[in-house]
Amino acid sequence: MFPDSPPAAAPAPGSPTSSPPSLLALFVAFAKMSLAGFGGVLVWARRGIVDQHKWMTADEFNETFALCHFLPGPNIVNLTFVFGSRFRGIAGGIAAFTGLLGPPALIVTVLAALYQRYGEIDALRRILAGVACAAIGLMLAVVFKMMMPLIRRRDLVGLLVLIAVFIAIGVLRLPLPTVLLVAIPVSIAITFWMRRKEAA
Amino acid sequence: MNSDANPLLALALTFAVMSLFAVGGANSAIPEMHRVAVEVRHWLTDKQFADVYAISQLSPGPNVLIVTLIGYSVAGVVGALVATIAMCLPTAVLAFFVSRFLARSSHARWPAIVQAALVPLSIGLMGASGFILAQTSDRTVVAVFITVGAAVLAAATRLNPFWMLLAGGCLGFAGLVG
Repeated sequence: MFPDSPPAAAPAPGSPTSSPPSLLALFVAFAKMSLAGFGGVLVWARRGIVDQHKWMTADEFNETFALCHFLPGPNIVNLTFVFGSRFRGIAGGIAAFTGLLGPPALIVTVLAALYQRYGEIDALRRILAGVACAAIGLMLAVVFKMMMPLIRRRDLVGLLVLIAVFIAIGVLRLPLPTVLLVAIPVSIAITFWMRRKEAA
Repeated sequence: MNSDANPLLALALTFAVMSLFAVGGANSAIPEMHRVAVEVRHWLTDKQFADVYAISQLSPGPNVLIVTLIGYSVAGVVGALVATIAMCLPTAVLAFFVSRFLARSSHARWPAIVQAALVPLSIGLMGASGFILAQTSDRTVVAVFITVGAAVLAAATRLNPFWMLLAGGCLGFAGLVG
């Protein structure tokens, strides 16, 4: 806020000894993380950024991820752009973004072409049906893991909001924008009110 | 703007708008993708949508690449490119500006409240995604068994998810899923 206040979050994290990565290094690093990530890239991104390259500390990574989690859009894509831009400005953001999305998008496009040509082959249909069932299970496991902290805290309000959104979208099939325009303000108001009550 | 006439414009608009509402990541936008792509626009059938989801899970990279597959089936390679960029770039640029703004402002309390408030929403959305996809895919006992088995294994062990996808594929190939 004040021009002379100390820069709390300087735009260049990472250990002071390492020089900022080049555009090519950003592109290659994110391409590698992305291509390693079956069923989600987050685990690999953390491993690459924090453990391998030491471009961020664990806390810096968590803070950056938290920011990207509460903003809309694909989290890991947001994180990648923000991360790249911290080192090399917009160009760095674009280099990391292209590395994350370019190579796997190419692979997926080839798979899409194969699917369009051979998708009617019975064996492939059967395989994909089996894979889809397993993939849905993986998603349900993530839901379960994310719910555990709410259950442990006995966060009844949070669980009610969760169930309301589940019914509105999953059972009633209401349009997402409508549901969110109601649910987001309500949830924020409840959270704000609960915290004030706790603080008082 | 007549987005019905131009499929590329329709893709760009659909996914750019959708990304702005995708709170909690790409997986929580699956119900909306299903609603728009299958029920509203008729780009894909129910079965094709389930297949496309399976392919996106089988391939490396962020889960958001399911939009690349939807884009491809609507308008080929250009469609794939347009859908991917429309889904990914606007929110990435938004995140960039917000992070710069937050880095400049002093300790903020609102991000923490907003974030805490959005957690149950994003879990509810992901649960709905799983439920909708399960309704289209899990039509036999073995199919339900694969889904439940993968869910339990992934929740309770550190096994690489790829093995569960592979196991599902093998059971499917054996003709047990239906």
